[in-house]
Amino acid sequence: MKKRLPWLAALALIPAAQAVEYRELQPAASSLGFQYRQMGVTMDGKFRKFSAQLSFDPDKPAAARARIDVELASIDTGSAEADQEVGSKPWFHTAAYPQASFVASSIKPLGGNRYEASGKLSIKGRSQDIVAPLTYTPQGKQASFSGSFSFRRSDFAIGEGSWAAPDIVANEIRIQFNLVASGGK
Amino acid sequence: MRPRYTRTAIVLHWILAPALFGLLALGFYMHDLPLSPEKLQLYAWHKWAGVSVFLLALFRLGWRWRHPAPPLPEQTPAMLRGVAHATHGLLYVLMLAIPLSGWLMSSAKGFQTVWFGVLPLPDLIGRNPALGQQLQSLHFSLNLLLLALLIGHIGAALKHHFIDRDDILRRMLPRF
Repeated sequence: MKKRLPWLAALALIPAAQAVEYRELQPAASSLGFQYRQMGVTMDGKFRKFSAQLSFDPDKPAAARARIDVELASIDTGSAEADQEVGSKPWFHTAAYPQASFVASSIKPLGGNRYEASGKLSIKGRSQDIVAPLTYTPQGKQASFSGSFSFRRSDFAIGEGSWAAPDIVANEIRIQFNLVASGGK
Repeated sequence: MRPRYTRTAIVLHWILAPALFGLLALGFYMHDLPLSPEKLQLYAWHKWAGVSVFLLALFRLGWRWRHPAPPLPEQTPAMLRGVAHATHGLLYVLMLAIPLSGWLMSSAKGFQTVWFGVLPLPDLIGRNPALGQQLQSLHFSLNLLLLALLIGHIGAALKHHFIDRDDILRRMLPRF
């Protein structure tokens, strides 16, 4: 009988263990991709380098915080020539604006494992409010936050001058993210 | 009446002739352009036209199979006969192989071909920059071969018309 007592004690701890707060981004397991249309052709690419400051407790979504910073020069469009081009002044102008960021102002539960992150997306010195629905999936000691949202590149002056017309590179850019975070202390 | 090519064969020949030269010129020109919206536009047009040439060449080959070409003049030496047949055969091979190599190159480079921006062609191979580079070399080499054959083809036609004064060229000319 006595031997079972530690088990009972452990059982009592489980609710506390479930209320884990995810803080540490796992960059190798995470991905940040984008999709757009170029003359009717769907193109995609990704960013290799990004960091995140996260704090998410599924029991307390109102207290959740998220900030994601993206190294724009780490873009991979699938073509070296295009990677170089999008760093130039008409596009990201990475010399002046090396990073893009998203800062969540609220994370609202939508029921089940679905949430909605609202916040400011800042690229090239311009900011816009965006809303990104996401799915939270706990996987052992980690959890993934995946979802997508769209924005218009014209709102951020991405692709100026001769690139501005949307008939070659479409205005709508879709971002697909899958952020994997582990529980912090 | 002397044997002539069918009207369909003549129409196909004279659609494809300027199309091939146009695509060759466009290909050489656009390749050296710096990246710009115009360059992407030209690449898209080049690819759309290339797919169209492939389909026309395929149709032309099928037509030719059902409607054989008129025979060469009886006095044609066996050696020249061989050269003529080899050149024509190779032109057909290239009219199919060049668009195919371009299509595969596009897939390997990660730029799917969407015919007229409407009909997506499947990517038979995945994105692979090294293979894309090899296919680009192949596409380029095949085009140099095409250019050489076209020069020979036109030179031979003109020689027949102006020097031999036979009807080899005339049987492929539209009748007005």
